[in-house]
Amino acid sequence: MALQNYLDFEKPILDLEQKIAEMRSMSDKFDISSEINKLEYKVNILRKDIFEKLTPWQIVQLARHPERPYTLDYIYLMTNNFTELHGDRYYGDDKAIVGGFANLGDKPVMIIGQQKGRDTKSNIYRNFGMPNPEGYRKALRLMKLAEKFNRPVITLIDTPGAFPGIEAEERGQAEAIARNLIEMSNLHVPIIVVIIGEGASGGALGIGIGDRVLMLQYCWYSVISPESCSSILWRSWDYKEQAADALKLTSKDMLRFKIIDRIIDEPVGGAHRNHKEAAEILKKALLEELDGVSKIKKDKLLDNRIKKFGEMGFWKD
Amino acid sequence: MAWFKRSKDNIASDTQKRDVPDGTWIKCPECSEMMHKMQWESNMYLCTKCGHHFRIGSEEYFKILLDEDSFKEMDKKLRSVDPLNFEDTKPYKTRINDTMKSTDLSDAIRTGTGKINSIDVVICCMDFGFIGGSMGSVVGEKISRAIDKAIKTKYPLLIISSSGGARMMEGAISLMQLAKTSTKLAKLNEEKIPYISILTNPTTGGSTASFSMLGDLNIAEPKALIAFAGPRVVKQATGKDLPPGFQRAEFLLEHGFIDFIVNRKDMKDKLTQLLKLICN
Ligand SMILES: [Zn+2]
Repeated sequence: MALQNYLDFEKPILDLEQKIAEMRSMSDKFDISSEINKLEYKVNILRKDIFEKLTPWQIVQLARHPERPYTLDYIYLMTNNFTELHGDRYYGDDKAIVGGFANLGDKPVMIIGQQKGRDTKSNIYRNFGMPNPEGYRKALRLMKLAEKFNRPVITLIDTPGAFPGIEAEERGQAEAIARNLIEMSNLHVPIIVVIIGEGASGGALGIGIGDRVLMLQYCWYSVISPESCSSILWRSWDYKEQAADALKLTSKDMLRFKIIDRIIDEPVGGAHRNHKEAAEILKKALLEELDGVSKIKKDKLLDNRIKKFGEMGFWKD
Repeated sequence: MAWFKRSKDNIASDTQKRDVPDGTWIKCPECSEMMHKMQWESNMYLCTKCGHHFRIGSEEYFKILLDEDSFKEMDKKLRSVDPLNFEDTKPYKTRINDTMKSTDLSDAIRTGTGKINSIDVVICCMDFGFIGGSMGSVVGEKISRAIDKAIKTKYPLLIISSSGGARMMEGAISLMQLAKTSTKLAKLNEEKIPYISILTNPTTGGSTASFSMLGDLNIAEPKALIAFAGPRVVKQATGKDLPPGFQRAEFLLEHGFIDFIVNRKDMKDKLTQLLKLICN
């Protein structure tokens, strides 16, 4: 798949891939298969080399890759019969959070996630994936519907943060997020959370309480973006790479801190290189997890959920 | 999130002894009135002329709200560790140690039991003077244990917030303290134990987006800044002028997010009245 947009460190891989593609197109005229094989070997080594040594900042860049699959891409690739539901019933319909009933395999589920846009127009429509309070309230309404009809909830997290706007503050951004945290803690159906891109702060966590928390390989999850962290602690925008290191925001870090339960591998070169494969991998993992949580009794499920989050943190006594 | 937005005030707070200024004479930042320190203290740290509510710490709040000698502090020995091995312009470990020394505090919250006009309560009070009242693992764990205590004793829970938000130096772990405190409050709620949240200046970021907004009753001090994203962030993000009184207690009251505003002088009486109305 030819990429329209690529990151600096992807460039050498893409150059080689393009060369291989060009040689392939000539291979019916000349026998150059051994040279193609050599180049393929080379690109594999190069790709492995680059992706095994990704810095936290490069991972942040991959999580924000403009060609990365977004919530609706995963929904359309993983599920059938998706019926999108709109509105929080109080104020409006936030386009930065989408959700509805769908079939994952043969299982009916409620699936909800933050939605980014792909170009300027759709990004403005989706508010760059930054929800307003009504987005969190819509998400909660859908979760309550799922509870009523006894359907498990899947949430997909991908946001640069909750929107810091005047109206968002007026309508209670903090209250909307806080309300979701307490309500999700006590939702009587299983919740599986997946970080599929950016997991920025309270805006991400607002749909992030669950029985199982999964994270795609090249995503970030933290209390603040590296850029903002740099501007505040270093008083300059120039330390974003150091901030990304310091914040320990990768999926491996999250697993180590027991903030997530499982890392979901991405296709070679990242989810953006193969949407279909990324969705297949995630679907398989979700079905396994749904199977696991569906065996837990309701009371136990809620006790476990409170215990899971109640134990988070590191201190000395 | 946002404790750092007033970076001059907080990161440099290492040199400042709690939140109560030194010196014999106090100048009101609102009306420039000069007050003698004793006069100011006996006025519950309000300006004697305009009533401006100076920021105070847990020591002062406990003194104002609780019956004499009734406070029994819990979990005094809980200390922050440095799970991320975090270093910006200064290692997090050093920042904690320096702040502990300069403030005589162990972290950004103190918790315990006490009596308000003979009514037993579990009470928590944040200290903005400790790294901007930021919430890391210790704040989360202390609140969590205070909630356990309230469940066990059936005493109502009071949390006095004064916080810039989650503590950046603990990254996603500090973010999880929003989840932790909220899940525990869900449990408290199931037990039907009252929780009164008292929001003081400033309460922003992660604290507001979790326990501070989740009171059965949310009460604020006059003019307290209460926000998710602080005014500077909102202005920067939107490029718009902020409406007058934006994100102040009166603004939140008008928009339906707090129940009422109480002058610090009336806080103890008001709480007594309320607790009698809602507790058995
Ligand atoms: Zn004054």
